[in-house]
Amino acid sequence: MVPLSYYLVLGGFLFACGVAGFLIKRNIITIFMSIELMLNGVNLSFVAFAAHWHALAGQIFVFFVMVVAAAESAVGLAIIIAVYRTRETLNVDQVNLLKL
Amino acid sequence: MSIHLILFLAFGAVCVAGAVNLLAQTHPINSALSLIAVMAALAGEYLLLGAEFVAAVQVIVYAGAIMVLFVFTIMLLNAGVEERTKGSRVATLIGVPGMLAGSILVAWVLLRHSGTEAVAAGALPGDPKTIGQLLFHEFLLPFEITSILILIAVMGAVVLASKPPTSPAGEPAGEVD
Repeated sequence: MVPLSYYLVLGGFLFACGVAGFLIKRNIITIFMSIELMLNGVNLSFVAFAAHWHALAGQIFVFFVMVVAAAESAVGLAIIIAVYRTRETLNVDQVNLLKL
Repeated sequence: MSIHLILFLAFGAVCVAGAVNLLAQTHPINSALSLIAVMAALAGEYLLLGAEFVAAVQVIVYAGAIMVLFVFTIMLLNAGVEERTKGSRVATLIGVPGMLAGSILVAWVLLRHSGTEAVAAGALPGDPKTIGQLLFHEFLLPFEITSILILIAVMGAVVLASKPPTSPAGEPAGEVD
């Protein structure tokens, strides 16, 4: 028997790590992975609340979050490949102009 | 201390270690592997919460498909060790204490003000049959909308990642070098 708040604390910690990675990291792929970490933290809260309130809809929301994450990573990694092709770098500090 | 709590703490320790390792590593491939460890441990947490189908999908879709896409991109672009800049050092000085303060605040509020009702193992029917009935009856419209979203995302990925077409004059359009 694990209290609900333990799961929420773990999910909040994962989300905080994702935010910190988003701010600290300079590699565009690692920044993208930090976003995935945030989504995972939110997913854990969804499943914990679903088990706590006996509402299966929380698990359905997790599937929708996964679908959005899959679409996001497909488009985002394609954008990263396009950026690398034109700028020859993955450092976000050197990708600061809309125009080449 | 029940076996439930011990398993929660074991999987949670793997999650926390992987998330911290993702921040600490400088090479993207190491960060990707620690993120896979986090996702696999989260699947264990889902099993503890009785969400067996979510756990299976987490391993197959997240730790499998999405992370393979990440590792594939890292290998394709030959991503090296990231260089630290002045701005990132300032972000570290501000971000890490901010993260710690925020985490402690959220943990304190949750542990103090949330009731400590326990979540029993298998308290919720999370089997594929129930999930499928819910997904294809109550949530049919969002399900169809996400299928359109996936279709658009696939088309967008193909358009973005394909090489820009060369113009008839012979000079490549959209390429600088």
